[in-house]
Amino acid sequence: MNANGASHRDAGQASAGQASARPAFGRLVNVAKSFDTGGQHVSAVKDVSLQFRKGDLISLLGPSGCGKTTVLKMMGGLIPASGGLLELAGQAITGPYPGVGVVFQQPTLMPWRSVLGNVLFPMEVLGKNDRNAKTRAEELLALVGLSGFEQAYPRQLSGGMQQRVALCRAIVHEPSILLMDEPFGALDELTRLEMNDLLLDIRRVTGATVVFVTHSISEAVYLSDRVCVFSKRPAVIALELDVDIAYPRTQQTRFLEKFTQLEKQASIALGVVK
Amino acid sequence: MMRKNVLRLLYPLAGVAIILLAWHFYVVLLRVHIVVLPSPLQVATATVVHARILLEESWVTSLECIYGFALALGIGIPIAVVMTYSRVANQMFYPLLVASQSIPKVAIAPILLVWFGTGIESKLAMAFVIAFFPIVVDTATGLRSTSPDLLELARSLQCSRLQTFFKIQLPSALPSIFSGAKIAVTLAVIGAVIGEFIGSNEGLGNLLLTANSQLNTPLAWAALVVLSVLGMILYGAVVLAERIMMPWAPDSGHKL
Repeated sequence: MNANGASHRDAGQASAGQASARPAFGRLVNVAKSFDTGGQHVSAVKDVSLQFRKGDLISLLGPSGCGKTTVLKMMGGLIPASGGLLELAGQAITGPYPGVGVVFQQPTLMPWRSVLGNVLFPMEVLGKNDRNAKTRAEELLALVGLSGFEQAYPRQLSGGMQQRVALCRAIVHEPSILLMDEPFGALDELTRLEMNDLLLDIRRVTGATVVFVTHSISEAVYLSDRVCVFSKRPAVIALELDVDIAYPRTQQTRFLEKFTQLEKQASIALGVVK
Repeated sequence: MMRKNVLRLLYPLAGVAIILLAWHFYVVLLRVHIVVLPSPLQVATATVVHARILLEESWVTSLECIYGFALALGIGIPIAVVMTYSRVANQMFYPLLVASQSIPKVAIAPILLVWFGTGIESKLAMAFVIAFFPIVVDTATGLRSTSPDLLELARSLQCSRLQTFFKIQLPSALPSIFSGAKIAVTLAVIGAVIGEFIGSNEGLGNLLLTANSQLNTPLAWAALVVLSVLGMILYGAVVLAERIMMPWAPDSGHKL
């Protein structure tokens, strides 16, 4: 699989324009996951099928503990599925594979490394830590507004700044898919809105394909090409919602009538609104 | 800021001064005999008078402590690593290791004497035996407390086991390793002195015993003072190493 394939393409415009023309890039077919915990058989994911195209940003939206994180981890090859098929770029996902970027709810930076050292960690592991890597890391840090903090230690930064570093670390090796597990869930509301716009910027610049787990309805609709609303555990997809609002979106977008309607549809699917 | 720093230095010094004054006046006013309890001044005098022998003997004791401590690090850390990553080794030896801690360390000293003789070996063995446990336990705790998310990141990047260990788990464990080392280094001093008590003809512990048996109490106290200074220096050395190796740690830098 070509890890560099997603680089520097203006996916924002592409997805608004000729979206339907592009073939499926990732595919989940009847994916299921159950755990055995002390003799008890717990079904976390019952039956999840979905597709996305290269450059798409899709959200997995659902209540806490519904199994959406489990689906994300299966997509990253970090845990095996109990049933069904997962595919990326025509290849079955059976374990960790090259070209994945991950962002967690916590920044999970290495406190012993500088900001730059943290961002360069994937390049170091992949044996690509050269001058170009450093330049790219510095460019990314500039993109997220952290120029001048390259040599700082993580503990010297605020939570929002740390999460920006984590974002840079996740995309420095130009992954073909970016998996984000409630990445802004621990941030305050205003920082979260800022980070939403930042993610859309990054996605516009890098053309990354993003799978975004969240329990915020508004965040899911704001960011995504498509929102997959999960049921309670064991997870099935209750509703797939195409967000046909053109990018670039701004905070103004949240006040469009269409936006509110989509939020309402998602709320109904979640059972929040009767 | 300046004033705060001065006070931070002043308060502990004042505390020491109060204790010394109380000690001095207790001895002087109640006319306590010098063999029972010498005054602080008499101890200070003995320290100066016997400075040469005190220095020589503390050199011996320092070496016992440092070698024993180094041995505890060199053997304790690899054992902790093996016990963390091998379930079998863990189940076979961890209960044994914990149970072995119920043996009073002093009771081992005569056996070590038989094995290693009255030279430096039996003392550093004693220092090792007593310093070993906290290093193993704290290192193992540190290795196990690596953030699961970081391990997941490593897996997603397909890090090798060695990469994961050296780039993530070992640095994650460093704060724990150092907290174990700080306890271990003070225990090493205790171990060395126990070793000297049981059988030795040199070292500060031996000097203390000899002075005591000759009713030279001021010298015994002087040896005690030097021993505690030695302990503090060794502890300080570990703290210094910690600051150098962990410049990212909260109390060794400044917020931006």
